Amino acid sequence: MTNILEATHVTKRFGGLIAVNDLTFAIPQGSIVSIIGPNGAGKTTFFNCITGFYEIDEGEFNFDGQSIKGRSPDQITKMGIARTYQNIRLFSYMSAIENILAGMEPRLRSPWFGPVLGLRGTRIEEEKAAVDANQLLNFVGLRGKGDSLARNLPYGDQRRLEIARALAGNPKLLLLDEPTAGMNPRETAETTEFIRNLRDKVGITVLLIEHDMRVVMGISEHITVLDYGEKIAEGSPAEIQRNTRVIEAYLGRGAAGAAHLGLSHQTETGE
Amino acid sequence: MTGMNWRHVIRTGLLMSLIVLLVSIIGMVETFDERDLVVGYLTLGQLLLFAPALFGGYRTVAREARRSPVSTLLGGLVAGLIVAVPLILLVLLASAWPGIRTYFPNISPALLDILSNGQGATTTGIGLLLLEMGLLGLIGAAIHLVPGALRRPLLTALLITSAVALFSDVPLNIANELLDRSIVRILFGTKGLTLAAAVGAFVISLLLAFWWDRSGRAALNRRQATQSPTQAARNRRIATLALLVVLLILPRILGIFLTNVLDQVGIFILMALGLNIVVGFAGLLDLGYVAFFAIGAYTTALLTSTGDLGLGMSFWVAAPISVAAATLAGIILGIPVLRLRGDYLAIVTLGFGEIIRVLVRSDLLKPVIGGAQGILNIGRPSLGSFELVTPQQFYYLILLGCILAWYIASRLRDGRIGRRWMAMREDEDVAEAVGINLTSTKLLAFSIGASFAGLAGSIFASRIGSAFPNSFELLISINVLAIVIVGGLGSLPGVVVGAFVLVGLPELLREFAEYRLLMYGILLIVMMLVRPEGLWPSAVTRREMHAAEEEAAREGIHPEEVQPIT
Repeated sequence: MTNILEATHVTKRFGGLIAVNDLTFAIPQGSIVSIIGPNGAGKTTFFNCITGFYEIDEGEFNFDGQSIKGRSPDQITKMGIARTYQNIRLFSYMSAIENILAGMEPRLRSPWFGPVLGLRGTRIEEEKAAVDANQLLNFVGLRGKGDSLARNLPYGDQRRLEIARALAGNPKLLLLDEPTAGMNPRETAETTEFIRNLRDKVGITVLLIEHDMRVVMGISEHITVLDYGEKIAEGSPAEIQRNTRVIEAYLGRGAAGAAHLGLSHQTETGE
Repeated sequence: MTGMNWRHVIRTGLLMSLIVLLVSIIGMVETFDERDLVVGYLTLGQLLLFAPALFGGYRTVAREARRSPVSTLLGGLVAGLIVAVPLILLVLLASAWPGIRTYFPNISPALLDILSNGQGATTTGIGLLLLEMGLLGLIGAAIHLVPGALRRPLLTALLITSAVALFSDVPLNIANELLDRSIVRILFGTKGLTLAAAVGAFVISLLLAFWWDRSGRAALNRRQATQSPTQAARNRRIATLALLVVLLILPRILGIFLTNVLDQVGIFILMALGLNIVVGFAGLLDLGYVAFFAIGAYTTALLTSTGDLGLGMSFWVAAPISVAAATLAGIILGIPVLRLRGDYLAIVTLGFGEIIRVLVRSDLLKPVIGGAQGILNIGRPSLGSFELVTPQQFYYLILLGCILAWYIASRLRDGRIGRRWMAMREDEDVAEAVGINLTSTKLLAFSIGASFAGLAGSIFASRIGSAFPNSFELLISINVLAIVIVGGLGSLPGVVVGAFVLVGLPELLREFAEYRLLMYGILLIVMMLVRPEGLWPSAVTRREMHAAEEEAAREGIHPEEVQPIT
């Protein structure tokens, strides 16, 4: 199995603070990989580095065999990496369908003056985009809500719409930043199932930041644990659950023997 | 008698008296008195004097609807009398101390005559003033006693009649074109309507408003609800066609003076359609927009002028080159400001506008573009041997430009680039993360916006026949921005309405030009307080401004209980 994303010795500093420290990390094609760690461990910063929001100070990113270091966020997205945000960032005053259409940017090709000249290609592309956007809307379970303003949707729907927008560009790798934050157990279970389906049926590789250990342990094949910007452990869910350094990082020294990760972190949510 | 809110009455009266005092002292009343609304009966100055008392009387009751008629009228009366007090003091003071004019030059004998109905500081004069204001307050309050079914049409008719009288130039010029001289003389004085015309306008608008309230609106709603989509589309096409026909014959109806005003409005519409793309669609605040207008105008001037500085080319060749030059300038401005946001962007564009203005005026470029002397003898557009000279002929050129700009703007808005602009306006970071190239998206907005201004400048220069630096002041940028905002950010019809209100109306009130900026400022403040989304808002702006209220309405909460989001 090849790796779709490889990070080698990635370091990101903010002044004196080292947010991500010498991180080497790989995501196999077609897998679901999770990054966990206490608050402030550098997980979201790492996401921002991958997507080009932050320029990394050292190291290298390889996506699908090409270096993405130094590329702008829109170029990286066009190469096939899409993301969602920890605190939902939809275009709040655009309708649900407009949000999805905006997410289709990476695959739209028609020139900007197409509509002015009434070009046939533009019309066909726009018609197809509208159909696809509707399908995507149905796929994430928002059938019939296309005309609602994004900000007027219930919380869970907003999370789903954000995923739909990310999927609209046909990404190869999807980065989900705490997709179940703030959800009740039923919604969490649905979302978990949805993510698994994405991989199994659509074939998208998923990188997940998540605090809910039931989700993490339930669907990831591979888990990386960060603390203070450094990788302190990686492995299968079972391995991580037994790892004493991980338990220390979460609960403090001394608690390692007493705690069992699988049960102790269900209540923790986003910062 | 239910409890009377005297504090509210007194506060309203005092506020209105302050307004009346202010407009008197700054000379507005006197200047406006030269304009008749209804010849021999009412001047604009009097209206200005009377309106606050009337409105004050009306406002005393606005908040508490359930009150006995007596206390309602009493409240209005008191408010009206309060409005009179400072005016009486003013009359007494001015007659006791003539030297006051040294400090307030506008407190003239003419003003005192107007205030005291020609009686001076006598008991009669003061009594009349008191009576007048008290009565107006009373009438204002009495409006609330009129049954609801009649009140709204009455107010509408009053407003329409005042507007017709105030802008009587418009009906006068139309009547001059269409009607016989003798009939025109029955309806219009030299400045303003005759009594017959005023009464006629009032009655007709009252009947129309009454009919509209009773059955017209309902009938229209019913028709709209029942018609099929194909019917609706056909009706829209017919309406568009009718509008086009009206636009084409408009110069014939309006006459030369109004067509000239219309030309001016049209050039501003063209500019505002461009700035609307930059500010309204893409959310980039550009305060130096006049620069592109100037570049368009000067390019055309240099290429077509038959004077020393020009090349004497045809307008039809020069216009596209001017548009291209402005577009290029848009890109050149765009590149350095790509990374800037919000206020920083506004300041840099402001600086860019000033640079162009200073350059145009500078001695350095004087050998090329004429400095303060400007460029004269700019070529007129010609078709074969036929040359466009009169306002009516230019009207068609401007109309063509506006229609083209409207078409392009509406198509782009509904297309992919429009979506990119909208997304960028909402959240630049996320827009970039969904794969939108901010560089090209911003540059497109800047350059397309600039191209419209370039076309406007090109037509402007050719219409005036000359180009001078003082046509391209910062005020033009502010003016165009105000048009876009007052009309409604991002709204195409809004741009047209805004241009008519902010360019057309001041043209019709030319004799009061010295108060233009004051009125402008007041209008902007009132607009932002009362109707921040603009006169004709786009769907997007409307939902942004009123999202909280709509949400509340859906959940069954009364909208007034919801705080507006900031």
